[in-house]
Amino acid sequence: MRKLKETLIEKSLLGSALVTIAVTVGIILVLSIEAVNFFREVSIVDFLTDTQWTPLYTDKHFGILPLLSGTLLTSFIAIIFAVPVGLSISIYISEYAPRSFRKTIKPALELLAAVPTVVYGFFALTVVTPFLQSFIPGLSGFNSLSAGLVMGIMIIPFISSLSEDALHAVPNSLREAAYGMGSTKLQNAFRVLVPAASSGIIVSIILAISRAIGETMIVAIAAGQQPRLTLDPTVPVETITAYIVQVSLGDVQHGSLEYRTIFAAGITLFIFTFLLNTVSYRIRKKFREKYE
Amino acid sequence: MNNIKTNRLKDQAFKIWGIACTFLGLILLTIFIGSILIDGLQRIDWDFITSLPSRKAERAGIYTALMGSVWILVFTTIIALPLGIAAAIYLEEYAKHSRLSSLLEVNISNLAGVPSIIYGLLGLEVFVRIMEMGASVLAGSFTLALLILPIVIVATRESLKAVPKSIRDASFALGASKWQTVSQQLLPASFGGILTGVILALSRAVGETAPLIVIGALAYVPFAPESPMDEFSVLPIQIFNWISRPKHGFEVNAAAAIIVLLLITFILNGVAVYFRNRWQNKFK
Amino acid sequence: MKENKDTLDKSLKRKHKLQAKGVKVFYDDFMAIKGIDMNIRANKITAFIGPSGCGKSTFLRLFNRMNDYVDGFRMEGEILIDGRNIYKKKVNVEQLRKQVGMVFQKPNPFPKSIYENVAYGLKIQGIKDKAFLQNKVEESLKQVGLWNEVQDDLNKSALALSGGQQQRLCIARTLAVEPSIILMDEPTSALDPISTAKIEELIYELKEKYTIVIVTHNMQQAGRISDYTAFFYMGELIEYDKSKKLFTNPEKQQTENYITGRFG
Repeated sequence: MRKLKETLIEKSLLGSALVTIAVTVGIILVLSIEAVNFFREVSIVDFLTDTQWTPLYTDKHFGILPLLSGTLLTSFIAIIFAVPVGLSISIYISEYAPRSFRKTIKPALELLAAVPTVVYGFFALTVVTPFLQSFIPGLSGFNSLSAGLVMGIMIIPFISSLSEDALHAVPNSLREAAYGMGSTKLQNAFRVLVPAASSGIIVSIILAISRAIGETMIVAIAAGQQPRLTLDPTVPVETITAYIVQVSLGDVQHGSLEYRTIFAAGITLFIFTFLLNTVSYRIRKKFREKYE
Repeated sequence: MNNIKTNRLKDQAFKIWGIACTFLGLILLTIFIGSILIDGLQRIDWDFITSLPSRKAERAGIYTALMGSVWILVFTTIIALPLGIAAAIYLEEYAKHSRLSSLLEVNISNLAGVPSIIYGLLGLEVFVRIMEMGASVLAGSFTLALLILPIVIVATRESLKAVPKSIRDASFALGASKWQTVSQQLLPASFGGILTGVILALSRAVGETAPLIVIGALAYVPFAPESPMDEFSVLPIQIFNWISRPKHGFEVNAAAAIIVLLLITFILNGVAVYFRNRWQNKFK
Repeated sequence: MKENKDTLDKSLKRKHKLQAKGVKVFYDDFMAIKGIDMNIRANKITAFIGPSGCGKSTFLRLFNRMNDYVDGFRMEGEILIDGRNIYKKKVNVEQLRKQVGMVFQKPNPFPKSIYENVAYGLKIQGIKDKAFLQNKVEESLKQVGLWNEVQDDLNKSALALSGGQQQRLCIARTLAVEPSIILMDEPTSALDPISTAKIEELIYELKEKYTIVIVTHNMQQAGRISDYTAFFYMGELIEYDKSKKLFTNPEKQQTENYITGRFG
């Protein structure tokens, strides 16, 4: 009797765990099925090569490149801002700052990641853009520069926290050996520690990129709704995520081609983030094995 | 000799740069919050909190969005909490070191990195359409529950891991079954950690906008939900809606609503940290 | 003739509470126990001694099947309690552990009250009668000599007790379930000398009602309290005899080397 109860409980717990697999399967199925339906009407070649994305207009083009460039441009700006800053913070906290400082500053930085992104979007639109406009003439009200910079602020903790953990995990013997030879903290940091912690640091950067690519509200509010294949950070663009929001707010018929575009865009996004996450997971696993 | 001097200077310069970077984000955040407070603080009064949305900025309030957020939080918790804790218990206490558990772990790690808007697409097809829940509180809660599920699972697992092995040994040695050990020793002992994880997950959920927009949460809802099948809006969507309006009055409203949202977020985070500190001292 | 043999067998079984026959233990490919035969007498204290890693703890844990939880564990041979093989498939392990209790090296009270700690073993059996539980808790705490020290506040957290008190609490917790055998894995090695002495006294009293097997690093302890001693080395049973004999006049050279401290 007791055995039966125990088995039932174990099976229910297993069932709960299997829900996570069901979610992944669900995501893949939903995206794939709608995407397949989409590609019945739009050739995949057009999708990948057309330089215009105008599914909601009368002259319809279904090229993903403008949305992709919007996503990648804003993410790129975010990363080139966040990586140097985040990495410097991690080195500072790990090698220079007193222990007590680390305890207070880490949670404070985590706060940056806890702010809802719609709030950051508001910040980008109402504070950052006007500020930048004051010395960048011709900066449009919606642009990828403001959105990218603010996204960068948001992802700083991703890089700084994980990199700091990676640096922290480097055995002290390496530090002591370097100091013993008379190197400064700076030399030590860049010549010895960063290379030693490189896998952890790379993982943090990959995760930050993935986060930036998947970000929605900051870009939906501040980057614009004009799909544009461009590298110009001063003009409005549209990201994959902002497009999905735009359509969801509108009156698109379920089952129509226009409706399916959000899944085509979605599956593109999913493939990118899935690849990034898989790579980072593999690196993290190898990294853990190294130290155990 | 000169080399040593330059190196020392570089070292000092980097130290200053490091401090500057560290405070950069925090200073920007402070400026931002400051400007929001200046913009929106005076708009907050009892009327603002209890009014329904309106086309006139001065009369619009956050009541329906706030209520919507509360309903969503409640139902998301009801769905995600038992599911997440059960899954974590299975992974940590029943299936360690098996091939299935490695697969589940990879999968959960992947789900944690899926952009939140994708969960919206999933919710739209499965909950809103296929399961015919419509754009209801229930559909929104299911969608967000799946979104925060990895967070709950990881937090619960970490809490269970923190319970010393000796407790399990003692329990088994007295003749307790696995479930008795889990339910009577491990869960009570890890309660604080689990609570912390859940509250952090909720503070993330309260700020989520994109997935709820995708499943059809409306931007303009003139009533608070009265049942889980009702349509709804949430605070961040209301903010987004006001930001999109050109009139300045709405920008002030948005700032005020942001203050409320940030207050809720920071209180939740603060409570979570408080519980985490209390719980971490338990085993000393 | 046959009747005599049966009676002899039966009385042997009663005398030999625990038995090991041709026991080998493997962790994946590593052979931790290399073939041991042993009979442990009822109502006596048997000590397992030997250097670190010799397998004495592993061997001890065979008797309440605590090794089952270790990855890669595999055993051959038989372990008998009261003549019955406890590794047979149909054996209820939870039932077994009510009969065979265990005290661990580092005191491991639950992060609960003193009362809850002692009552736990009974509660998981489904016993709900408050009066009965209260009685049992008092009886067990008295048995270990803790009652006077804690009776005023049984709701106090067990973690607030001193190391020695915690270990006595762990023993009380085990006694409450009324086992017939108590396994102890270096029960005093984490304690100060005074607590150690108290607990040794307690163990000595307990042998009247229980069969006790104690793993210890402390040879003086083994010499002080045990009736029989088994010396293990590298997974083998080197010598097993009355303690007095083993410590004063061991048969094997290895045993003598160990007890005189030539290797540890």
